Amino acid sequence: MTPEFKKGAKTLPSNLPCHHKRVGAVEWWETAKSARSAGGRLLALWGADDRDRDSRYRVYAAYLEADGIAVVGHEMEGGTKPTYPSLREFFPSALRMERAIFDLLGIKSMEPDHRGWVRHSGWPENTFPLRRDFYGNTQFAVVSKPYPFVQVEGDGVHEIPVGPVHAGTIEPGHFRFSVVGEKVLRLEERLGYKHKGIEKRFETMVQKEGHKLAARISGDSAVAYSWAYCTALEAITSTSCPPRSVQLRALALEHERLANHLGDLGALGNDAGFAFGLTQFSRMKEDLLRTNQAHFGARYLMDFVVPGGVESDLPNNAPRLLLDRYNMLETDVVSMRNTYDNHAGIQDRFRETGILAHETAWKLDAVGVAARASGIPHDLRTDFPCPPYDKMNVKVSTQTSGDVAARVAVRFDELIESLHICRALVAGLSDGDFRSAVPDAEPGLLGIGVIEAWRGPVLIALETGSNGSIRRCHPHDPSWQNWPLLEYAILGNLVPDFPLINKSFNLSYSGHDV
Amino acid sequence: MINTLSRMIRTGILTEEVPHAPKTDLAIGDLQENIRKILGRALCIRHVDAGSCSGCELEIQALNNPYYNIEGIGIKFVASPRHADLLLVTGPVSVNMEEALKRTFDAVPDPKLVIAVGDCGACGGIFGKNYASLGAVADVIPIDHSVKGCPPAPVAILQAILQTIQSTTA
Repeated sequence: MTPEFKKGAKTLPSNLPCHHKRVGAVEWWETAKSARSAGGRLLALWGADDRDRDSRYRVYAAYLEADGIAVVGHEMEGGTKPTYPSLREFFPSALRMERAIFDLLGIKSMEPDHRGWVRHSGWPENTFPLRRDFYGNTQFAVVSKPYPFVQVEGDGVHEIPVGPVHAGTIEPGHFRFSVVGEKVLRLEERLGYKHKGIEKRFETMVQKEGHKLAARISGDSAVAYSWAYCTALEAITSTSCPPRSVQLRALALEHERLANHLGDLGALGNDAGFAFGLTQFSRMKEDLLRTNQAHFGARYLMDFVVPGGVESDLPNNAPRLLLDRYNMLETDVVSMRNTYDNHAGIQDRFRETGILAHETAWKLDAVGVAARASGIPHDLRTDFPCPPYDKMNVKVSTQTSGDVAARVAVRFDELIESLHICRALVAGLSDGDFRSAVPDAEPGLLGIGVIEAWRGPVLIALETGSNGSIRRCHPHDPSWQNWPLLEYAILGNLVPDFPLINKSFNLSYSGHDV
Repeated sequence: MINTLSRMIRTGILTEEVPHAPKTDLAIGDLQENIRKILGRALCIRHVDAGSCSGCELEIQALNNPYYNIEGIGIKFVASPRHADLLLVTGPVSVNMEEALKRTFDAVPDPKLVIAVGDCGACGGIFGKNYASLGAVADVIPIDHSVKGCPPAPVAILQAILQTIQSTTA
C-alpha cells in the first residue's frame, strides 16, 4: 500500500492486516494502477446497495499487497445508471466479477462486455436481485435465450459445445471449443449455471447461523469457507478463540487439503489412462474420510467450524490414531509419487500439456495451486500466517514449468507438507476450551476473513445488520481468478487432453457461481 | 511395473459387503439376478448436478472407490443419459439448470428411475427456494426416491439405489 493510501485509511476487522479507504472514481482507478505496479493482486471485487442508508451504491475491491489487504470502496449516487471505472486494464480477472456485479446489482463498469454472466434467462434484464427493494423469493418464468459466444472463423474451423451436463460425476458449466482438426484454437467458458442466490440468502440469516451457508458455498472447501466466515465475524466482535480451537480448525483445513489433493491425483492418473492411480488414491482418500468420521464426527466437515471455535473436541485416543494414519498415508503417497514419476505413459501425458506460462499467470492474477505451479510462490499460510500457522513455518511448494506435471508435483509436495503440519498440530495441541461465546455485532460493520483453502485463498466480506442479522455477505472463490487461466492453458493442445488439463486445475463451479 | 504389481498384491481386495436395502432381506446375489433378469445387463446410472455445492458429487464419486466397488455389483455410471436407466440428481435445482435437467430427464429412455440425492435435492436444503433456486428436484421432474444427508454417505446413496431397484423389481 502506498503511504498516500494508508493516510486516511482506517483498519478493518480481519484475520489479516487490512486497511479500508473510501475513494472517488479517479482514485479508484489510480489505486488499482498503483496496486498492480507494486505487485499486488486482486483478491475480490463486489458491490452493495446502500440506498436505504445513504442513497448510494458501493463497489469494493480487495487487493492483496505485500503489507496486507487494501479494501477500496467507491460510492456512486443511487440514480438510474450507476457506473464506475473498470479494473480490467490492470486486473483482467476483474471483468467477469464486474459482469456478475451488474447482473446482481445493476451497477455498470465502463467496459463494453455486458453479456449476462450469472444471469442467464432466469430473471428479467432490468431486475437486480441483490438490490434492497428486490424480494428474494420472487420467481420468474424462464425465457431461454442464446448466448453470443465469440465466433472463430477460417478454413476448417468448427465448434464443439460441451455441457452444461458433463460426462462424469462433476459440476455443470459450458465450454465452447473452436478447433481445427484436434487442435484447440480458442476456448470460451460460460459459467453461472449453479447460481442459487447465496448472497441474497445470507441476508435472511442471522450472524450466528451464517457459517452453515458459508460451508456450503463449495462443498469441497467447507472448512475454509466456514473458517473465513467465522474469522470475519470474530474480528468484528473482537472475539478471541481458544488456542485449541484454532489448532483444530487448522487440522480440519489440512485434512480438507489432503482429501482434495488425494482425489485430484487419483483422477489425474485416471485421465491419463492409469486406472491403478485412481484406485490407490481413492482408497487413501476414503481412509482419510473415515478417519474424519471417527475423530471429527463427519466425513466432510460441513458444520465443524462454528463462530467462536469448533463444534466438537477430538476424542481422547485421537492423537495416537491420527499420527498412525499420517504415517501410513505418507508411505503410500511417497510410493505412489515414485510410481507416477517413473511411469513413461503418465509422464508423456502430464509433461508439456496445458502449459500456463508464468507471464500469463502473473498477468491474469492466478492464485493458489495453479499459480504456484507457474512460479508464483504465494500462500497465505506463509505470507500472512494467522494462528496457528504463525508457529508452523509452512514451506511453499512451487514449480516453474506450468504444465499438468507441475500442478501434479505441487499437489504431491503439498500433501507431504500438510502431513507435517498435521503432525505438528496433533503433537502440540493446547489444552483448554474449544469454543468461546460470540456476542452480537454492532450494526454496519464490515469485516474481512481470508483463508488459504486447498485451491487458493477464499474471502468472506461480511457486513453486519441490526439485532445480529447479516446486512451483506460476499463470498469469493479463487476459481474466479483461475477459470480464465484454463482458456489459455488449453490453447494449441488437443481436445482429448482437455479433461486432463481441466482436472489439473480442478476449479469450483459452485463457489464461482454462488 | 513390478512396483505396481506388488502394490496391487499388498493392497489386496478391499471391497466391503454390500449393505442391504433397508426393510428388505433380499440377498445381494438375488438383487444382481433381478437386475440381470430385467435389464439383461448392468444397471446404468447417469448423474446430474442441478446446482449442488458439490459435496454430494464427492460422495457419489466415492461409490467407485474399491471399498464400495459399485461396478462389482452390476451398477455402472454412464456418460450419456441415453444410455441410462436411472438418474441421480443433486440439487437444489438452480433456475439456470432447470432446462438442462429437464432435457436430460427427457433423454433417458423409458422406463426410467430418478433418485434425488442429498438434503438439497430432497427438499431444497439450506438454499431453499428463491429467485435463482427452485428447491427440491421433485418440484422440477418426477422422482422415485430421495436420500437425505449433507452430504449423504456413500452407503446411504447405495442403499437408496438398491431400494429403488428393489421396489421396481418386487
